[in-house]
Amino acid sequence: MNTLTGYLRQAGTALRFLLLATLVLGVAYPLAVLGVGQLIAPYQANGSIIKDGAGAPAASALIAQASADDSGAQDPEWFHARPSAVMWDPASSSATNLGPNDPKLLAAVKANRTTVASAEGISESAVPADAITASGSGLDPDISPEYARLQVSRVASAHGLNPDQVASLVERHTSSGITAFLGQPSVNVTSLNLAVAAASQASQPAQSK
Amino acid sequence: MTFNTASFIIQVTALVVVLAALHKPLGIYLARAFEGTTSNRPERLFYRLAGIDAGTEQTWPVYLRSVLAFSAVSILMVFGLQRLQGILPGSGSLPGVDPWIAMNTAISFVTNTNWQTYVPETTVGIFVQMALLAVQNFLSAAVGIVVVVALIRGIARTRTDRLGNFWVDLARTSFRVLLPIALVGAVVMVLGGVVQNFWSTEVVNQASGVSQVIPGGPVASQEAIKVLGTNGGGYFNANSAHPFENPNAFISLFQVFLILLIPSALPYAFGRMVGDQKQGYTVAAVMGILWLASTALMGWATAAGQGTATAAAGGLGEGFEQRLGPVPSAIFATSTTLTSTGAINVAHDSLPPLAGGVAMVNMMLGEVAPGGTGSGLYGLLILSIISVFIAGLMVGRTPEYLGKKIGPTEMKLAAMYILVTPTLVLALSGITVILPDIMANAPASGPHQFSEVLYAFTSGANNNGSAFGGITTSGPFLSVMMGLAMLLGRFLPIVLVLALAGSLARQVKIPASAGTVPTHGPLFAGLLLGVTVIFTALSYFPALALGPLAEGLLK
Repeated sequence: MNTLTGYLRQAGTALRFLLLATLVLGVAYPLAVLGVGQLIAPYQANGSIIKDGAGAPAASALIAQASADDSGAQDPEWFHARPSAVMWDPASSSATNLGPNDPKLLAAVKANRTTVASAEGISESAVPADAITASGSGLDPDISPEYARLQVSRVASAHGLNPDQVASLVERHTSSGITAFLGQPSVNVTSLNLAVAAASQASQPAQSK
Repeated sequence: MTFNTASFIIQVTALVVVLAALHKPLGIYLARAFEGTTSNRPERLFYRLAGIDAGTEQTWPVYLRSVLAFSAVSILMVFGLQRLQGILPGSGSLPGVDPWIAMNTAISFVTNTNWQTYVPETTVGIFVQMALLAVQNFLSAAVGIVVVVALIRGIARTRTDRLGNFWVDLARTSFRVLLPIALVGAVVMVLGGVVQNFWSTEVVNQASGVSQVIPGGPVASQEAIKVLGTNGGGYFNANSAHPFENPNAFISLFQVFLILLIPSALPYAFGRMVGDQKQGYTVAAVMGILWLASTALMGWATAAGQGTATAAAGGLGEGFEQRLGPVPSAIFATSTTLTSTGAINVAHDSLPPLAGGVAMVNMMLGEVAPGGTGSGLYGLLILSIISVFIAGLMVGRTPEYLGKKIGPTEMKLAAMYILVTPTLVLALSGITVILPDIMANAPASGPHQFSEVLYAFTSGANNNGSAFGGITTSGPFLSVMMGLAMLLGRFLPIVLVLALAGSLARQVKIPASAGTVPTHGPLFAGLLLGVTVIFTALSYFPALALGPLAEGLLK
């Protein structure tokens, strides 16, 4: 058997192997996981969608949801998510990919610090790092408990809520237990803002928007 | 973000304990799968449909021809069907993939690199992800494993020119080993929050007025084999930093576990197949020591958090996910670069300079601690042969490895093996940095710009696939350069390994004598460790000094 016919015969086997393997690994396997997932954990398998009071899908608990204008300034009424390289658009995902000594990153961090300090009415030195650095995915739904606490008074006054009530909502949306120990304690802004909206509606039934 | 040392130590310990508990049962299972002589009914049907004669064994040139033919057909298929995406079902409104990107992606996934020059969200639909890329995640991992199995047979067998049947080995590795573990892993991931559906969901937050389209896709099934097969190509652009790929710190740790699972069990299978368990444990010890040292170094470099921008931000944060933080990111970054995985859960470009440097050195070690599925073990076995040669020179005896003479042929093959990757990395990085037009694709300044280029070619030639994301390689020139790095970095070593396997299998076993250097125990482990580290340092130190070391030390 010379080399060329050897290769051709091998290529034929290769093609048949690949097509058959695709049926098993590329079709049957993902469909099996789909079936099991939809059966035993439909909430997670479908993107951890949380519903609003009316039962309509309002957000994914895993994806940041920021109300921001075109310049990226976030709405003062709500808890702010971390800066994002993709403007919190779930159709994409990315980090800034700027190096730790990059002058562009240095400038961005300084500008963010000023923005956050003035938005919360605090000194620049009180701004935590997660508030002024872009996340790895651009869709990070979480912030640090420190950053959440800094935002309580602004959000409470915007909604006419008692700051203690908002602070307790923050507590309730702070991660704890094993995942917090493996990672770090974090506050889920997406679900927190929905809880704030619900509390706001409950406290002001007359002026529902 | 602060680095919680207690959490770091507990997670690293947990990984060691769980992998130590599983290496023996899994190693036995692997060895049985490779040594078994009977096929079950679905396998027999598969062989009949594919036209495989499961009873015949191949010589090394035929075995190699099968590897190359299979990989070539795979590259053509993945390339061609990406080009045809526009008319394929399940692709939404996405058009055919750009030819340069499709070529780069086809090579990338078939070589187990999973370098992603494309942006998944806007380039590839469900069909390409599920039926092309995820399938190659299985098969490219399986190819790495079958090549090391052939090498082990070459060491264990005597007076034969037969190394086994590639097609049978490939099928058994895919269906007996990878598929069942991936199934369990995918279900765990779904339970943890990784999505598995075929549809996106429109959500509207009535209160804040934000509406979003939440993406969907068969993510969990792809994620499981992405890590288990040390592939690393993410379903989404942000890879394992994306909340849908990696929803919490527990799943992050589970992914690291799956990355390390097969590479850490293969040494036991090796020991069993050569009939000397001490050999397996010596190799495993070297892998373990390198992994622990690198993990500790990565933890330290991450916690130190150097960088002017990092200091201005008041700590780590840029490129990190809040729900994960620095500890899971450091553990993930080490294991993903010490294997051929290259998945990321933190933007490596934004890591502190010395942490980015550790990631690079991990890949430069040749990904042997514990390395990619199969490729890590064959890399370390080649380094073992280099080590017995050096030890043989010291004591003035003909070097032997497990009863086989390491003669001029074997040494030439081993020496060429260890020269391939450094040559590719340094030559291709060198060519790229002298082309000013091309360097515009890496917009960083100073030593970090060089780091981005060096990282890219280190990642490509070692078939890792992680990136300093600041560099854009989707243009024709860098697509081809990276394609070359991945292709040659994968298949030249495989050619050399299979030739070596063939040469070893033909020999008779010579009994150990007083002059034989034992290839087990602390002394040899120390020698192997030294050879691995010194060889890497000699090859790459000048390049590292210009990149991450300059960045980390000059501040």
